[in-house]
Amino acid sequence: MLKIIDLHARVEGEKEVILKGINLEINKGEVHAIMGPNGSGKSTLAKVIAGHPAYEVISGQVLFEGEDILEMDPDERARLGLFLAFQYPVEVPGVSNAMLIREAVNAVRKERGQDEFDPLEFEDFIVDKLKLVEMDEKFLDRSVNAGFSGGEKKRNEILQLAAMEPRLSLLDETDSGLDIDALRIVSEGINSLRTSENSFMLVTHYQRILNYIKPDKVHVLIDGRIAKSGGSELALELEDQGYDWLIKDAHVNGEA
Amino acid sequence: MSRLTEAEAVETAASRKYKYGFTTKMEYEEFPRGLNEDIIREISRRKNEPEWMLEFRLKSFHHWLTMEEPDWPNVHYQKPNYDDIIYYSSPKEKPKKDSLDEVDPDILETYEKLGIPLHEQKMLQNVAVDAVFDSVSVATTFKKKLAEAGVIFCSISEAIQDHPELVKKYMGSVIPTNDNFFAALNSAVFSDGSFCFVPKGVKCPMELSTYFRINNPDSGQFERTLIIAEEGAEVSYLEGCTAPMFDTNQLHAAVVELVALEDADIKYSTVQNWYPGDENGVGGIFNFVTKRGICKGDRAKISWTQVETGSAVTWKYPSVILKGDNSVGEFYSVALTNDYQQADTGTKMIHLGKNTRSTIISKGISAGKSQNSYRGLVKIGKKAHGSRNYSVCDSMLIGSECGAHTFPFIESSNNTSSIEHEATTSKIGEDQIFYLQQRGLDEEQAISLIINGFCKEVFKELPLEFAVEATKLLSIKLEGSVG
Ligand SMILES: Nc1ncnc2c1ncn2[C@@H]1O[C@H](COP(=O)(O)OP(=O)(O)OP(=O)(O)O)[C@@H](O)[C@H]1O
Ligand SMILES: [Mg+2]
Repeated sequence: MLKIIDLHARVEGEKEVILKGINLEINKGEVHAIMGPNGSGKSTLAKVIAGHPAYEVISGQVLFEGEDILEMDPDERARLGLFLAFQYPVEVPGVSNAMLIREAVNAVRKERGQDEFDPLEFEDFIVDKLKLVEMDEKFLDRSVNAGFSGGEKKRNEILQLAAMEPRLSLLDETDSGLDIDALRIVSEGINSLRTSENSFMLVTHYQRILNYIKPDKVHVLIDGRIAKSGGSELALELEDQGYDWLIKDAHVNGEA
Repeated sequence: MSRLTEAEAVETAASRKYKYGFTTKMEYEEFPRGLNEDIIREISRRKNEPEWMLEFRLKSFHHWLTMEEPDWPNVHYQKPNYDDIIYYSSPKEKPKKDSLDEVDPDILETYEKLGIPLHEQKMLQNVAVDAVFDSVSVATTFKKKLAEAGVIFCSISEAIQDHPELVKKYMGSVIPTNDNFFAALNSAVFSDGSFCFVPKGVKCPMELSTYFRINNPDSGQFERTLIIAEEGAEVSYLEGCTAPMFDTNQLHAAVVELVALEDADIKYSTVQNWYPGDENGVGGIFNFVTKRGICKGDRAKISWTQVETGSAVTWKYPSVILKGDNSVGEFYSVALTNDYQQADTGTKMIHLGKNTRSTIISKGISAGKSQNSYRGLVKIGKKAHGSRNYSVCDSMLIGSECGAHTFPFIESSNNTSSIEHEATTSKIGEDQIFYLQQRGLDEEQAISLIINGFCKEVFKELPLEFAVEATKLLSIKLEGSVG
């Protein structure tokens, strides 16, 4: 599904390298968790995969279904079935949530050769998705994320995910800011979207969400590199011990 | 003529952004440059005007001589040399307006290219068009159908000939000839424009529209529009404008007067897309326009909607005098500036009658190195008891080299009235665009969605076809200016 080979990236025009050689492979149907201290490059990794123009790829490859996507515009990647649930969802005043989601869904439907939804068909379609994340219909008429609470924004990301039916979803700290019930609802929503055909990359700081969504692999990102990979038990270990032991290791490796 | 070839060169380079920039090869009647009494007499003579019209012009000219070009607007430009302008520009073959077959085919083709076919069978259903080419009205469509309803819609030159009593009564009644420098100039030299009269109780059966085109690089365009809606009459009027690309500046100083009697309703919409100059700020139209309406009778309503996207420099404040009790004034505006464009635009709402209401919704979008100012005055007179104004003034910035400014002025002389003003400034950023692109929308779709959201309240005031057009226009203008 996704294969990242020795990826180096930095902020466009800056010297400092943020991603310093990432290697990662996520297969169809798998869930991978990415953990790591603040500022280690997790969001950067997600945004580079999605094609954020602020970042420059210095070297390396990102293959999506075998195809190198680094030259593609973000919207092309999205239409291919790559979805990013933002750590900080962006507000778009004046644009209704329904309008955005309908355009988004129609953009992918068009790409897949399906008929676009008219507003009525879309309404039927979206009602089910709202149920999935237990969101009130009134959020459809509001401007995209404008004035949404932190948790509502996160839930809105998952609503969009559910509507767009991506093949690969990158979830950047979707669990941060959700209350206990919301976390359960959103997690169950995500679980119900899982199939043997789609994959998830879950960036998180907390073990809790991984209790609901069991990862196949856990990777620890430290200072722009994957310092350690393991099974779901690695998350428990980190919860217990923090990152110190890995940071020291990474340092040694870095100097070696 | 060598200038035209130069212009054609400019055109090719910039045509992606400004697709109306082509010139039509035309031969013009000879007319001397500059401005003096003789010139004015000559304009009047060529137009075969009655004496009172000439006097109106001369009086205005003498006012103008005593006036100075205003420099209070927040714009900077090289002031035109008024002695070097050709004040009357008419294509040589005099078009006879009785039949379109007699209109110069090049001119017809020009309008065709602009998407304004003048043949009625090809036209937008239910929109009557008056086409003004340089200084002259070349065609007015659907005249018969309008006449059956009792509506007069023709060029102002024709109105002066055929309906002198109406023109005499109303011209200059809303905007006095000495109102300001540009209005005085226009009153002295105006060439043509549209005239519309909707009699008592008549609801105009179709949209009326005037399409202005400047073609001659050395001429100014000074059009004059007068719209009168009698008691209980209703009319919706749309104005569009484009010009070829020249590397020189052309002066456009129009005057538009609206008169609404008791219970009348006038809706005036503008999609202004004069050539804005190239991306280095060379060339473009100076758009110095005076527009004002008066709600003369009780419960009259005047509504201005404008989408201002063109011109190098814009100076324009469509205003409403709310004289009748319970009368209503509205101003909905989207002003977009890009590259080196400068706009200083807004409105004046003058409340004189009791319980008068006004609404101002202004949306400014600045990109490139442009400067965009909103300037507004809400004045509530002593006798305007119980009057209300509500103003919203939003600015959106694209990039970091442009500027947005607001100058709202308020004068209230009674305490039973209320004035509310809200203002916001936002930035359309890379992150917003990226967010929408991540949802599968391409950059153009993303920008147009954001801009549309921003301008929604104004676009919904436009007639439907034009709202679609306006949306497209804004996205084309902004292409490539984000990030
Ligand atoms: N656009 C940017 N401009 C400047 N610096 C940036 C930019 N994006 C990322 N960085 C820097 O790169 C580093 C990695 O940031 P990133 O957001 O990827 O961290 P993270 O692992 O997601 O952290 P957190 O857990 O706090 O979300 C940080 O030091 C950050 O300041
Ligand atoms: Mg992050």
